[in-house]
Amino acid sequence: MIGNESLLQLALLLPLVAVAGIRLLGRHENLREAVSLLAGTALFATVCSLYDPVFRGELVEIRWLELMPGLSLAFRAEPLGLLFSLIASFLWSVTTLYAIGYMRGHGEGNQTRFYSLFAVSIGAVMGIAFAENLFTLFVFYEVLTLSTYPLVTHAGTDKARAGGRVYLGILLGTSIGFFLLAIVATWLLAGTLSFTPGGVFDADTPRSLLSVLLALYVFGVGKAAVMPFHRWLPAAMVAPTPVSALLHAVAVVKAGVFVLLKVCLLIFGLDTLGSIPATEWLLYLAGISVLLASVVALRQQNLKARLAYSTVSQLGYITMGALLATSAGFSGSALHIVMHAFGKITLFFCAGAILVAAHKTEIHQLRGIGRQMPVTMVAFFIASLSIIGIPPTGGTWSKWYLMLGTLEAGQWLLMALLMGSSLLSIAYLLPIPLRAFFSGNGQDSGGPPVAIREAPWPSLLAIGVTTLGCMLLLFYPNAFYQLIKVAL
Amino acid sequence: MLAHLPVLQVILPLVAAPSCLIIRKSGLVWLFTFLVSLAALTVSALLLQQVIDSGVISYHLGGWDAPWGIEYRIDILNAWVLLIVSALGTVVLAAAHTSIRRELEEGQQILFYTLYLLCFSGLLGIVATGDVFNVFVFLEISSLSTYALIALGRDRRALWAAFQYLVMGTVGATFLLIGIGFLYMVTGTLNMQDLAARLPAIGTSTTVLAAFAFILVGICLKLALFPLHLWLPNAYAYAPSVVTAFIAATATKVAVYLLIRFTVSIFGVDFSLSVLPLQHLLIGLGLLGVLTASVVAVYQMNIKRMFAYSSVAQVGYMIVGIGLGTAAGLQATLLHLFNHALMKGALFLALAGVVYRVGSANISAFRGLGRRMPWTMGAIVIGGISLIGMPLTAGFISKWYLISAAVDSSHWLVALLLVAGSLLAVAYVWRLVEAAYFHSPETPDKPADEAPLSLLIPTWLLALANLYFGVDTRLPLAVTEMASRTLFGGAL
Amino acid sequence: MLVAALYNYWIVIALMMIGLFVVILGGNLVKKIIGLNIFQTSVFIFYISVGKVDGGSAPILTEGVELYSNPLPHVLILTAIVVGIATTALALALAIRIKQAYGTIEERDIQTRDSQC
Repeated sequence: MIGNESLLQLALLLPLVAVAGIRLLGRHENLREAVSLLAGTALFATVCSLYDPVFRGELVEIRWLELMPGLSLAFRAEPLGLLFSLIASFLWSVTTLYAIGYMRGHGEGNQTRFYSLFAVSIGAVMGIAFAENLFTLFVFYEVLTLSTYPLVTHAGTDKARAGGRVYLGILLGTSIGFFLLAIVATWLLAGTLSFTPGGVFDADTPRSLLSVLLALYVFGVGKAAVMPFHRWLPAAMVAPTPVSALLHAVAVVKAGVFVLLKVCLLIFGLDTLGSIPATEWLLYLAGISVLLASVVALRQQNLKARLAYSTVSQLGYITMGALLATSAGFSGSALHIVMHAFGKITLFFCAGAILVAAHKTEIHQLRGIGRQMPVTMVAFFIASLSIIGIPPTGGTWSKWYLMLGTLEAGQWLLMALLMGSSLLSIAYLLPIPLRAFFSGNGQDSGGPPVAIREAPWPSLLAIGVTTLGCMLLLFYPNAFYQLIKVAL
Repeated sequence: MLAHLPVLQVILPLVAAPSCLIIRKSGLVWLFTFLVSLAALTVSALLLQQVIDSGVISYHLGGWDAPWGIEYRIDILNAWVLLIVSALGTVVLAAAHTSIRRELEEGQQILFYTLYLLCFSGLLGIVATGDVFNVFVFLEISSLSTYALIALGRDRRALWAAFQYLVMGTVGATFLLIGIGFLYMVTGTLNMQDLAARLPAIGTSTTVLAAFAFILVGICLKLALFPLHLWLPNAYAYAPSVVTAFIAATATKVAVYLLIRFTVSIFGVDFSLSVLPLQHLLIGLGLLGVLTASVVAVYQMNIKRMFAYSSVAQVGYMIVGIGLGTAAGLQATLLHLFNHALMKGALFLALAGVVYRVGSANISAFRGLGRRMPWTMGAIVIGGISLIGMPLTAGFISKWYLISAAVDSSHWLVALLLVAGSLLAVAYVWRLVEAAYFHSPETPDKPADEAPLSLLIPTWLLALANLYFGVDTRLPLAVTEMASRTLFGGAL
Repeated sequence: MLVAALYNYWIVIALMMIGLFVVILGGNLVKKIIGLNIFQTSVFIFYISVGKVDGGSAPILTEGVELYSNPLPHVLILTAIVVGIATTALALALAIRIKQAYGTIEERDIQTRDSQC
């Protein structure tokens, strides 16, 4: 058997090996994609085999190097990180499968660069998930930003570059401007950056200072897309759809909220968090973010843009749950990372499938498309249900716990906000599949009906897997739930 | 032999400089100067080792004792700066031969090496000496040779830049001379240690204040501290590429050293930072320099000029560190001194490679260069992210210490503005990266056309040093901590 | 009384101001160089004045003389004069090169010619 430490090393290094493999085999398409798939599966298996030791509470820790006294690149497998890395590694393989169909079907260029940067981003996600301290986390956070930039601007057009500039500007700006400052301040206040159960601050640290710090963290982690620093997410929609799917429904945005969860739980500690005056304000800010983004999503006519704003709104849920500083709220947040990942990636997969098969990007073009692409649109319907949070999908659980969290904290207003936003999400998501099935071909298509078939089979298979995931999570959320219990 | 190291450090290049004129063959001259600077590097490494092991070295020139003769006094601070200057000077010189052959005429090449060594010895002399008048002399030696080096640039604007620099530099040096005269009037000594011992007794007479003001302005002119930086961008932009690399990596560092030497050890922290409102002045001007120069850098079309403005900004960081008036702030400055030398050395050498192949340093020349010159652009990217202060590069370490020092002395606004400066650095570095990697070249499908190895190796040496000292920080941290602690302990 | 006694310092200040004025406002490069020279010379005089001791004789060992002027500033200023000459020479050389390259040594013309290209 391999030791647990080696497993952790492997989880961090596998993506890099994959990068090398993809680069070397750049000329042979099939081999190159095989390497991606293989690495994805191997990574998932590796992370899975870390489940048991982490669940039993064993200490699995590795230390790469020490920069200054007390400041080192170190990793530790802990429940939250494991949860995140499980999702990311699983969905990486699925997305690779999807991308094979999409990239070939859409005739994209520079595919070797695409696949290798994909692997780099996943490596960065592993680094974020397993970071033992804030510094390590920050390093990989920046690596993730930089390695996803070329993916966002993959098209190479002026529009793509403009979107990329917004993406990079906001993410780097907030991370260097606020996040790094918060890390330095934490270092000076607490003398350590290690994630510690119960938080790192002394009980007598001034609350006003901690308030400032918390605000710096919430705004500094731009990837969590708390308004007003959410603009990068819609801007990033210029990317090819697999990128939007994996990175901007799973890896990047989830990295953001994951960092927030970790900071709340392991830097501040839930008890301290509850006693900071700023928490209340930031809570309402997140609430406003939830509601406003939903309203904006309702007005978007471009399918991907609507999904992007929906993501901003759903990320608000997670941020809010973490800031509630109750165990139910926290569980809801962590579960929502999982549930939303599966739901949103499916939605993006569907959007991409429609683009590849039917070349349509606007919502009003999708009337009646359900007859030509039934599988895709059924998947879209189920994933929508998961995002909204109604059975038979896993989204039910996370919404349930989030509601419970607001009750526990006595935040009636926020509870109403959550309900309202859920209603809005029904309004902006469900009409799309319903119209696709139940309304005739729109008058705008005018000419003779074009033969539209389903997307290529690898893409369809990927959609099937994630849709199934959405439903299975209703019945088997326990594996994740137990993990979160261990974290708390 | 070992006992004479302090003077050898300066004399070696000084004597070697005219010898270049005898050799007459440019290849041989290059080899000769390279060996000399390598020897100087060895000497400075030995000196640093010796200082770490056994404390301050005092060397009396010609055997005359301190108040009468000139004393060379090497403590941890100047041993550190000596090492930076000689190391960077040597690495840049290694690259010089190839670049110079392309950019200068045959007849000028030997002159270039002569001037280079003169400037080198002048800079080392400023740092090594323990006598304030000697500082002036070496300052003029290095400055005069720098003016001539800049004037070697091919563009005719180099001449005008050199002339402007000459006027500003001479005024600055003369200010320094006046200040030294005042100091001599009140203390009757030129030895730094004696000055430091006698000045507190005199207190704050008008003469001392006048001396301080003249010296400060004089040094700040050399330092290119905002708003006295006007000479710098043109000088950097139009000088031959290796000259830019050399002066960017060394000359401003030496000026920062002088500022520290005068404010902290000669006048003393109490006088400089407490009696006078210098703290606010330095922090204010430093920040203003960081922000304005960075903003101006974003709009430059000539990349050499862009990095020149960035140098003005980086000097601002160092000044802020001094202005904080704490040992931590000073340590941050000393770290940044070293790290900035590494990054600007790497960047300007890489630019020398670009100029060698492409013949221009305009932003348009960089389009698609990521494919054409992958290694050179790679070095620029490393230097750039180090300049921004990304983790795992040297730049991160000094930014970290600087921000910590600012937050620690509860200068929150300063910390925030320093961070804002980093963001501006992102903006101007990114412009370059975008042009090189995400724009298609003007003449597509040109094969890879890398700079010659003799340029690439020194460039990458510095680029890798940026990475190495971002990870293994033991040496710079230990030395700078020792230096800042002794300086604030009051011992010279 | 005091003003008259310190006349040499007044001269220093006057020369210094004249020199700086010419350096800053002189449009002609040669005039600038001359201004720089005057500026430096004022500092030389300043040093020499500092070294003078009231009633002191020239610092040459002689029988029966007890009080000497301080020789050190004089020595220092010898060095500074050499530096000054070198600076002037270099500046003049640059002026010649500028004349060859631009065809003028008027600051304004040089700047207009630079902005044209």
